[in-house]
Amino acid sequence: MAYSEKVIDHYSNPKNVGTLDKASKNVGTGLVGAPECGDVMRLQIEVDDATGIIKDAKFKTFGCGSAIASSSLATEWLKGKSIDVAATIDNMDIVEELNLPPVKIHCSVLAEDAIKAAINDYRKKNGLEELVFEEKGVH
Amino acid sequence: MLKLPVYLDNNATTPMDPRVLETMIPYFTEHFGNAASRNHPFGWEAEEAVDYAREQVAKLIGADPKEIIFTSGATEGDNLGIKGVYEMYAQKGNHIITANTEHKAVLDTCKHIEKSGGEVTYLSVQEDGLIDLKDLEAAIKPTTILIAIMYANNEIGVVQPVKEIAAIAKKHGVLFFTDATQAVGKIPVDVIKDGIDLMTFTGHKMYGPKGIGALYVRRKNPRVKVTAQMDGGGHERGMRSGTLNVPGIVGFGKACELCRLEMDQDTARISKLRDKLETALLKLDEAYVNGNREHRLPHVSNISFKYVEGEGLLMGFNKNIALSSGSACTSASLEPSYVLKALGLGDDLAHSSLRFGLSRFTTEEQIDYTIEQISTTVLKLREMSPLWEMFKEGIDMNSIEWAQH
Repeated sequence: MAYSEKVIDHYSNPKNVGTLDKASKNVGTGLVGAPECGDVMRLQIEVDDATGIIKDAKFKTFGCGSAIASSSLATEWLKGKSIDVAATIDNMDIVEELNLPPVKIHCSVLAEDAIKAAINDYRKKNGLEELVFEEKGVH
Repeated sequence: MLKLPVYLDNNATTPMDPRVLETMIPYFTEHFGNAASRNHPFGWEAEEAVDYAREQVAKLIGADPKEIIFTSGATEGDNLGIKGVYEMYAQKGNHIITANTEHKAVLDTCKHIEKSGGEVTYLSVQEDGLIDLKDLEAAIKPTTILIAIMYANNEIGVVQPVKEIAAIAKKHGVLFFTDATQAVGKIPVDVIKDGIDLMTFTGHKMYGPKGIGALYVRRKNPRVKVTAQMDGGGHERGMRSGTLNVPGIVGFGKACELCRLEMDQDTARISKLRDKLETALLKLDEAYVNGNREHRLPHVSNISFKYVEGEGLLMGFNKNIALSSGSACTSASLEPSYVLKALGLGDDLAHSSLRFGLSRFTTEEQIDYTIEQISTTVLKLREMSPLWEMFKEGIDMNSIEWAQH
C-alpha cells in the first residue's frame, strides 16, 4: 500500500510534536487508543480563557504513519479555532485531506476522538458541562 | 559501494540467483517439451532435465529422487502432505497434532480437516517459540495419524527439535510431516538423519523460481502414501497430476545444488552480518529479540522496539529498506502477528516488531546502512511516542484505563 504524499509529508515533518503542561487549567488533554491496538494518540490544546480560542496544540502518537499524520494535521487545524468550532471537526475531513485508504479510516476516527477528549478535559477543568458526542463505531 | 534499496525480507521470498535463471532459459524456448511425451525427442529432453533436477533436489535433503513429488510450492505441499495423509490413513485414525505457530498453509489445512470430521490438537509453544516435547508426546492418542510441526518458523526463525519430534513419532507409530520451507537450503536438512516422513519446501525461498516446490514422501521404513488432491494424468507417481513445470523444476534443481555446495560459506558470512545487525540494534533501549536465539536460522532476526509501532517504523525507511513487521497495520486483518502472540508477547510488543531476513546477496554496507537508518528512526519516533514519554516518567502503563477500540 502506498502512502499519499500528504501522509508522507506529515510523517517526515510532523507539526506540533510535544507536550503541554497537563496540570494547567488552560490545557485540555485527550489520550485515546490503546497500546494493544497499535495506536495511542495524545492530543493537547491550550485555550485562551477570554476568547475560547485554541492558542496552541501539541500531540504525541504511537502508531502507523497514517495515525501520526492524522494527529499532526489535527493540531494544525485546531490552532486558531474556537473550541466550539473545533468540536465540529469530522474524521472524514481528515480522511479527505490525507487521502486515507479505507483500512486507515480508524486513524482519523482516533484523531477526532482525541480532539473531543481534549476539549472535554478542558471543559471539565473549567467547570463547563462535557459535550456528548455520538459514537462513530468504526473500530 | 552501498546498493539501494536494501532487501531484508528474504523470508517472504529471495531474489533468484542469476545462475539459476541461466539454466532455466533454454527450457522456455528450445527445450519446451512436455516431460510426459514419451514418443519424441522434445519429451525425452524435458524428461531428462526433470530427472536431473529431481536428483539435485533429492541430494540436498538426503532423499532418493523417487521420493520427490514436484508441486507448485510450499502451500500445495502442505495441503497435499496433510490432507493426503488424512485421507490415505483414514482407517487408522483421524487425529493430527500441530502447533499454533505453524504457517497459515498448515493451520488452515488443519481447520479444513476439522470441518470434515477430523480432530486436530494445536500445541502451544514455549516463550522461546519451541514446542515442549512432553506436551507433544502427551497429545498422542490411539487415533493419532500425523504430527505436523514446522522445521523453522517464518517469522522468528526458531528451529524446532526435529530429530526428537521424529523419534517420538516413530515410537508411537505416527507419521511426521514437516514444513521446511524456511530451513531447506539454509541449514543442513537430511530426511534420513532427521527421521522425516513427509516434508514440503519451495524454490523461491532458496534463490530459485516461484511456482515450484516439492513434497518429500518417504518410500521405505515406512513406505508413506498420500491421496492425490488433484485428479488428472497421474503424474508424480499418481500423487500430483498436472504437466510438469519443466523450466521451474530445472531452476529449482539448480537452486538446490547451489545451496548444497555453498551453504557453509553462505552461512558463515550471513550469520556474521545478522549478528552484527542484532548486536547494534540491541544497543537501543527497550529492544528485544523474539524467539530462541540459539536454535535459530542463521539469517533471521526478529526484534521488538518497545513503544514504537512497527508500521510507523517501517515508514521511516521503507523506500530504501524492505522489511516486514508483525504489526497489525501491515496486514489487512488488523491483528498483530499470531506467532509473536503465541510466544506470550503482549499485543503492544507484537505491534512493535520487525523481521529481518538476510540473504546470499546481502552486503555489509547494506547492514551498516540498515543499522543507522533504523536506529535513527526508532529514536525519532520515540520522541513522538506518548508511551515512551510515560515510560521515561515511570508511569505504569497497566494502570491506565485504555479505551479499547
